[in-house]
Amino acid sequence: MTSIVPKEQSSENKKDLSTEEHEDFRLFGLIAFLIADGMTFAGFFAAYLTFKAVNPIGPDAIYELELPLPTLNTILLLVSSFTFHRAGKFLEKNEAKQCQKWLLLTFLLGVAFLISQMFEYFTLPFGLTDNLFASTFYALTGFHGLHVTLGSIMIMIIWWQTRVPYGRVNKENIFPFEAVELYWHFVDGIWVVLFIILYLL
Amino acid sequence: MTISLKPNNSSPEKLQPTGWLKYISFSLDHKVIGLQYLVCGFFFYLIGGSLAGAIRLELTSPLSDFMPREVYNQVLTLHGTIMIFLWIVPVVNGAFGNYLIPFYVGARDMAFPRLNAVAFWLIPPSGLLLITSYFINGAAQSGWTAYPPLSITTPAAGQIIWILSVLLLGGSSIFGGINFIATILKLRRPGLKLMQLPMYCWAMLGTSILVVLSTPVLAGTLILLSFDIVAHTGFFNPGLGGNVIVYQHLFWFYSHPAVYIMVLPAFGLVSEILPIHSRKPLFGYTTMVFSIMGIVVLGLVVWAHHMFTSGTPPWMRLFFTIATAFIAVPTGIKFFNWVATLWGGKISLNGAMLFSCGFIINFVLGGITGVALAQVPFDVHVHDTYFVVAHFHYIVYGGSVFVIFSSIYHWFPKFTGKMLNENLGRFHFIITFIGFNLCFAPQHWLGLNGMPRRVAEYDPQFELINQISSVGALLMALSTLPFLWNIFQSILYGDDAGDNPWDALTPEWLTSSPPPVENWEGEAPLVLEPYGYGEKNSNKIKDQK
Repeated sequence: MTSIVPKEQSSENKKDLSTEEHEDFRLFGLIAFLIADGMTFAGFFAAYLTFKAVNPIGPDAIYELELPLPTLNTILLLVSSFTFHRAGKFLEKNEAKQCQKWLLLTFLLGVAFLISQMFEYFTLPFGLTDNLFASTFYALTGFHGLHVTLGSIMIMIIWWQTRVPYGRVNKENIFPFEAVELYWHFVDGIWVVLFIILYLL
Repeated sequence: MTISLKPNNSSPEKLQPTGWLKYISFSLDHKVIGLQYLVCGFFFYLIGGSLAGAIRLELTSPLSDFMPREVYNQVLTLHGTIMIFLWIVPVVNGAFGNYLIPFYVGARDMAFPRLNAVAFWLIPPSGLLLITSYFINGAAQSGWTAYPPLSITTPAAGQIIWILSVLLLGGSSIFGGINFIATILKLRRPGLKLMQLPMYCWAMLGTSILVVLSTPVLAGTLILLSFDIVAHTGFFNPGLGGNVIVYQHLFWFYSHPAVYIMVLPAFGLVSEILPIHSRKPLFGYTTMVFSIMGIVVLGLVVWAHHMFTSGTPPWMRLFFTIATAFIAVPTGIKFFNWVATLWGGKISLNGAMLFSCGFIINFVLGGITGVALAQVPFDVHVHDTYFVVAHFHYIVYGGSVFVIFSSIYHWFPKFTGKMLNENLGRFHFIITFIGFNLCFAPQHWLGLNGMPRRVAEYDPQFELINQISSVGALLMALSTLPFLWNIFQSILYGDDAGDNPWDALTPEWLTSSPPPVENWEGEAPLVLEPYGYGEKNSNKIKDQK
């Protein structure tokens, strides 16, 4: 076995190197980033669970949460994941109008989630600095809300870019769409974990 | 699906500045970015080193007479933060990783060149932010660990700027880590298998996994800490019902792997340098790979050995003691492999080789004290004393920084096309090695006898040993002068290096020095045996010339 394969002196090598192609691994990079992002949440969850286990809240502190609104929020986000998926199906079939319709619906569901979350914030009986549970609650849901906000903005960018004929996202250049979709599913998944840990446990 | 490396209508590389201007531009070339990391890191090394000098000057006398205590605390915090986050982590990962990894995998650039440039350009602003915080009501005073409640009660402005700066640097580190993982796993030249890659690729793969998994946890923790400081929440404030131990767990979940983020790439670099300068194949390639991955896995589950005095329950002490002792196994395998690589080799004692050997000696000493520190009874005795300072500096200075110097001596001909003066290099090594050991070896004694760390004033009985240590620090400071002189002298008047002055087989030497923009004029060479030195392959090296 030779250790070094010498440079081949064929005329083929004189071709313009800038047209060299390689596999698209932007999705791979995004997944690596989402793992990192997920670790941030994992840190928050670990902190929350430890606080819950070893730092009992005072007897008169209020930390009961109402369930109906967050359940509605969970449904909103899960449905939005589905509508995003539908939009993707239409984009693959080159039906941009339908795709845009479903994207808009996804965006509206995301905004509805944020409004509902805001409503919950303003109706809760405790504030950010009331007790340890309250602080952790707002930090966790707030950090997730930040992700939903960014996701909603990105959905609107994708919505704008799928317009015919000037948009840059279409069946041939589908990566931006896939990236936002993956991010959105990730944010939904985090919410489900958050819902279980924060509201149900 | 495939994508073109460059869009057909615009060619960003053609818009890049050329000449020295490219080094201060938003360049996408991995070699330029690597050197940007290196020079920027060295600049911060000089600043952090000056701060270390100030600390040693203060400690030459038992009273805090050189600077006020508050200033001492700030200098201490800045020294730690700068050296870790702005010098060692960016240089062993960013600088050499960016320069070498694309060569090693046979690629023309990193997987995400723009992300790469962004990752570098986050570093200078955050470094300047950190330093300027000194002039805004004082820098952070709570050490590089920023333990609450100390970090909550010291002046807020400096601490918040410190958090902001570390968050930016953490972001830079994560972007770099993602880039390295994608480059090593996805951008390999067709025909090159993972087990044929040079060892530094494996070290960077392991390091990047640690970066991606652990840095975000630090980011989350610091966000919570900043809430405590700015919004007066009580996450880590016992007065408000919070828990400081949770901070320590989350902090060390990052900061213990951070030690491996600093030394694993150094292990990889040494594995590249030793075979070339001893003309022998790297001993035990497969065991090296598995020990790196073993260190990665174990490195994630040993963090609480920093917290034996924080009231950890006995089962936790037991688990973390055993897990920490286990890390000595893969690390030991690597050291025996390096010694076996040197054994019977045709060793050239040049700057690169000397610094690598110095690394082996220092790191073994630091590793032994590390295993000792993992034992609870011993740790309880020396926790927060100068023993820990000595151990830590044997790992990160005697380990990582020695390797950085070794790597600069080794790859300088590739970076610039000029040779360094080897006699000056040997001189540099001797002063650094003597100065380093004179500075830190006595600190073991100080720690065992109970001198606490991070305090400007100490018991007068420790004065003499502290003065000896300060003389060592002075030698270390002076040792930078022949090095800098060597660098400038060689860039201006050095001998031409040629493409491959070390007769090396790894791919970065199979192109011109300095390499062209896309690394190779033609197709990338397929290097299947990067360590095929020795009699069997001696003819191939001649053919290659």
